[in-house]
Amino acid sequence: MATGKPAAAHRDWLGLKKEPPPRRRFALAVLSFVLPLALWSAISYVPWLWHPLVRITSAGDVEYFSTGMEVPRANFERENQKAAAEKTDPAQGYRVNPPYLPPPHAVARAFVTAFQTPPRLPGEPWLYQSLGHSIRTILWGFIASSILGVPLGILSGAYRLFSWIQEPFIEFFRYLPAPAFAALCVAVLGIYDPPKIAIIFIGTFFQQVLVIANTVRRVDPTFVEAAQTLGASGPSLLWRVVIPAAVVEIYADMRILLGWAWTYLIVAEVVGTMSGITYFINQQARYRNFPNVYAAIAMIGIIGLSTDFALAWLGRWFFPWKRASRRVAKPTGLQRVRRPKGVPTREVKAA
Amino acid sequence: MTPPELTPPQVPLRDLVPDYRELSPEVAARFAHLRERPVILSIRGLEKSFGHGGSAARALQDMSFDVHRREFVCIVGPSGCGKSTLVRIVAGLDEATGGAVLLDGQEVTGPGPDRGMVFQGYTLFPWLTVRRNVMFGLRERGQPPRAAEATAQRWLEMVGLEGFADAYPHELSGGMKQRVAIARALANQPRILIMDEPFGALDAQTRAQMQSYLLQIWKNVEVTILFITHDLDEAAYLSDRVVVMGANPGRVVETIENPVPRPRRPDQFISRSFLSLKRRLTELIQPHDEAEDAGTLPISKLTDAADTVE
Ligand SMILES: Nc1ncnc2c1ncn2[C@@H]1O[C@H](COP(=O)(O)OP(=O)(O)O)[C@@H](O)[C@H]1O
Ligand SMILES: [Mg+2]
Repeated sequence: MATGKPAAAHRDWLGLKKEPPPRRRFALAVLSFVLPLALWSAISYVPWLWHPLVRITSAGDVEYFSTGMEVPRANFERENQKAAAEKTDPAQGYRVNPPYLPPPHAVARAFVTAFQTPPRLPGEPWLYQSLGHSIRTILWGFIASSILGVPLGILSGAYRLFSWIQEPFIEFFRYLPAPAFAALCVAVLGIYDPPKIAIIFIGTFFQQVLVIANTVRRVDPTFVEAAQTLGASGPSLLWRVVIPAAVVEIYADMRILLGWAWTYLIVAEVVGTMSGITYFINQQARYRNFPNVYAAIAMIGIIGLSTDFALAWLGRWFFPWKRASRRVAKPTGLQRVRRPKGVPTREVKAA
Repeated sequence: MTPPELTPPQVPLRDLVPDYRELSPEVAARFAHLRERPVILSIRGLEKSFGHGGSAARALQDMSFDVHRREFVCIVGPSGCGKSTLVRIVAGLDEATGGAVLLDGQEVTGPGPDRGMVFQGYTLFPWLTVRRNVMFGLRERGQPPRAAEATAQRWLEMVGLEGFADAYPHELSGGMKQRVAIARALANQPRILIMDEPFGALDAQTRAQMQSYLLQIWKNVEVTILFITHDLDEAAYLSDRVVVMGANPGRVVETIENPVPRPRRPDQFISRSFLSLKRRLTELIQPHDEAEDAGTLPISKLTDAADTVE
């Protein structure tokens, strides 16, 4: 073809076969946030979209309306038709969304004000304290689970013996929902943080062992065989071959598992005395301060996502061999390389 | 019209090339000398079956041959005849169901650094740099890091990759990876280097270069090589002796002393001794009745295939 343009058949906008270029990837990633936000904004700011309530600005002669009241649109229209028929003063108002769907700007403002607003009751925690409490609970639960779960998972994945002696039971146990142990945890561990940490532990640990065991099992056995022909044996095969071969995948598993631990947080925090971000959300909902509720929920997402980003970035630093090539070898390999220089020749000993 | 004197003479190939058993005096002397060297590896009546009882599949049957010190032995055979099974047993990665493998007279019972192995796939450890890959066996055997590093450096120089010591395997081409794998195996100073179709995944050009490279290394290092391939040219080019295996079950069909003189050069590919060996190998791998039919599929000419292409 004479033109430099790719033929139509070679264009792959949907990305069936190829990743899109980095800038388009970034644009799409931004769009993935912008689109839901645009939908939310449309529902919030375009008056004829949804807006099922009417806020009364002047009650007119309608008896049970009062200024500031929010009534369903159907009621508002019925009363005004009645008023028109009876030739009395109709009520006036504008359409609003229900209070549990605040507009984006209210939530955005709440992001700032929620941190600045002192708690209503003395002794109640500030938002940052609630968040800190939640993060602490997650971390302790996750660390406790990992200290036990990672080694057991690795042993289970590397050696059939450990796999058979623990996985059948764990397979059974992981079907038991962690919240089912709430009452037990409170009975044994009291009502403050320990039972919450225990719930996160129970929710994470059993999955962790199985997921990591599976990852370790996927290590290519020829690595182990190659190491054996180089003289490695026993625990050295585990430490110097199996674990390094699996460590990148284990790290990726840990990131996913940490995400799962967050999903147990809300359950854990209602156990015993309600605490952390759950307590904050609950209180704000009770005060009908819904922008704060959304802000707090979004905060969990932001913390989760940024932790994951930070861990991904750290991962590239931990595992240099996973970085994109610094120096790509030419496919012709040998042609470009010098002949051997110093050759360690030893005399063939006489037989 | 073609003038009759231009038609090529219809002389069969077998009259142009000598018998593969005719050795030139130098080659014969070389083999006499070789046979006097001690036996390093001895395969004695090796048997291997997969599965149990009635469903057991026989992979190897009564295989026996010896490899002398500093010898380059190639094992050729059709795909699936048990070449990998054999070398895995020699390497100690699999257990034989009968017979024995002796290394320096000692029975092999498991994998060990005295039998270095280069696999067909790339088995460099991706999490280690090239240098640390080569150091792996040395460290495993208790060499202190400094000494191991110096040794690794020498072996990398030997395979011409000292400039890539700090690269990771994924940054190397296929041929380079296999050269590091060879350096990694040789750094342990094994008694024998086992190579299972090590160049099978490389393109033809790289493979040819790897072959001459391997010969250079072998010449300069005290090592015996057991080399598996299904490429007859490769076997004829590299080997001192060729062990030809047959399939179902895997067994030794013939052991041939390679009549091609050393040192080997690529232009020997059309020498008479090379062709005689090649013809014999082809005969053994593709028995006569099969060779006749080979490539002749029962296809009838399609009506729209108008032009005769041959
Ligand atoms: N682990 C195994 N279990 C069952 N059969 C096997 C196993 N490994 C190899 N075989 C069989 O043994 C035969 C020889 O295989 P292999 O040694 O890989 O052949 P080659 O390397 O010559 O191509 C094949 O028929 C293969 O199916
Ligand atoms: Mg094979």
